Amino acid sequence: MREARSAREGPAVTAWERFADSFFNARVAAEYLPKIVDGFWLTVTLALGIVATGLAAGLALALVRSLGLRPLNWLIVFVVDLFRALPPLVVIALLFFGLPAAGMQLSGFASTWLALSLVLMAFAEEIFWAGITSVPKGQWEAARSTGLTFLQTLRFVVLPQAVRLTIPPLTNRTIAITKGTALASVVAVQEILGAAHAGVSFSFNPTPLTLGALAYLVLFLPVVVFGRWVETRFAWRR
Amino acid sequence: MGWEDFAAAFLNLAIMREASPILVQGLVQTILLSLLVVPLGLIGGTALALLSTVRHPLVRWPLMAWVDVFRALPPLVLLVFLYAGLPFAGLELPAWGAVAIGFFLNTGAYYGEILRAGIESVPREQMEAARSTGLTGGQAMAYVVLPQAVRNVLPDLISNTLEVVKLTSIASVVALPELLYQARQAQSVTYNASPIVAAAAVYSVLLWPVVRLLSRLENRQLAARR
Repeated sequence: MREARSAREGPAVTAWERFADSFFNARVAAEYLPKIVDGFWLTVTLALGIVATGLAAGLALALVRSLGLRPLNWLIVFVVDLFRALPPLVVIALLFFGLPAAGMQLSGFASTWLALSLVLMAFAEEIFWAGITSVPKGQWEAARSTGLTFLQTLRFVVLPQAVRLTIPPLTNRTIAITKGTALASVVAVQEILGAAHAGVSFSFNPTPLTLGALAYLVLFLPVVVFGRWVETRFAWRR
Repeated sequence: MGWEDFAAAFLNLAIMREASPILVQGLVQTILLSLLVVPLGLIGGTALALLSTVRHPLVRWPLMAWVDVFRALPPLVLLVFLYAGLPFAGLELPAWGAVAIGFFLNTGAYYGEILRAGIESVPREQMEAARSTGLTGGQAMAYVVLPQAVRNVLPDLISNTLEVVKLTSIASVVALPELLYQARQAQSVTYNASPIVAAAAVYSVLLWPVVRLLSRLENRQLAARR
């Protein structure tokens, strides 16, 4: 009886209370916080793995491309173009739902890691390559004529200049692709979004999603601000 | 696993032919979706970029926070929040509505950053000169500054548009029947990966020319910076 009356008085207050009870429910939050925290570390692990393999593979491809072997370069350009054109979620779906047909079962985590690494590899190769080609040919020739080997020229003359030029676009691209870790929730990985979504279904309350969104902000807001700083720090004034 | 088994599992023409009607339907939805969310993002981005020319701290800081928050949240998180979270607040959005709002917030922030950089790349004197010829502030912005700003950041705008079109694939998560969703449906009905391979082929063939164009523009841009 009393509840019925209190629901009738002050609709503004009750609407807010209902909203708070839905999206900021302390009991639900306490119950699902550990799961979100687990998801947070899974997201961090996944993201770091993608950054490490994606950037390394991209740099390796760009270096191989600088050797100038025609058929090999066509292959590299083809692979790079392919993974720039394909939506990451399509690549994940191909690996996760497609590979079992070939008798190979990748976990959701492994599928996402591999897919996003390939995507980052493609973008990174493109950026590194642009950086390498932006160093004038004369510098190559001058370095080689002083007696440096091909690798020494690359290491001491070309890469230091190329890397500086490539840092801002590379940072932004890396951030954008690591945010794609949320796609892992589609293939049942309990990273932040996966854990949050599962929490909503179990508790029938959206508070876990609020927590999840906050977890993403905690993780990526500093990264985005860092990207902004990098952009101004390395800006080339015309 | 021999080549024939592989071909039967991934490049099964019979299954691709069978799935082609719904894949075409999915492609049409993907195109319509892109035609909806790219203009929405551009409108949001232009508004943000224009607001960013206001130097007042009460505009500047909230604007920066807005842009950074929506660049920090993965678009899929935003979409799931709108689609699965908001009904608890009594707001039941259809899949199209959730996708439209999510993309507006996310891609608007990205377009906004790009256009802001574009506007800042146009020398201040351009605005002053335009104003001194008698144009109003709005006219000077629309006819003098913005066209140059857009030209200066054109590669970034195209690149972002490519990303937005690719991103429409996440609408499959909220059961909007676009290309990836239909391919997944066909795959689960036929127990065969060929429909997803077909969808991937469609994406890469359609978007490949854009990737080529971008690759050229970016190389030229990097070279010009030296």
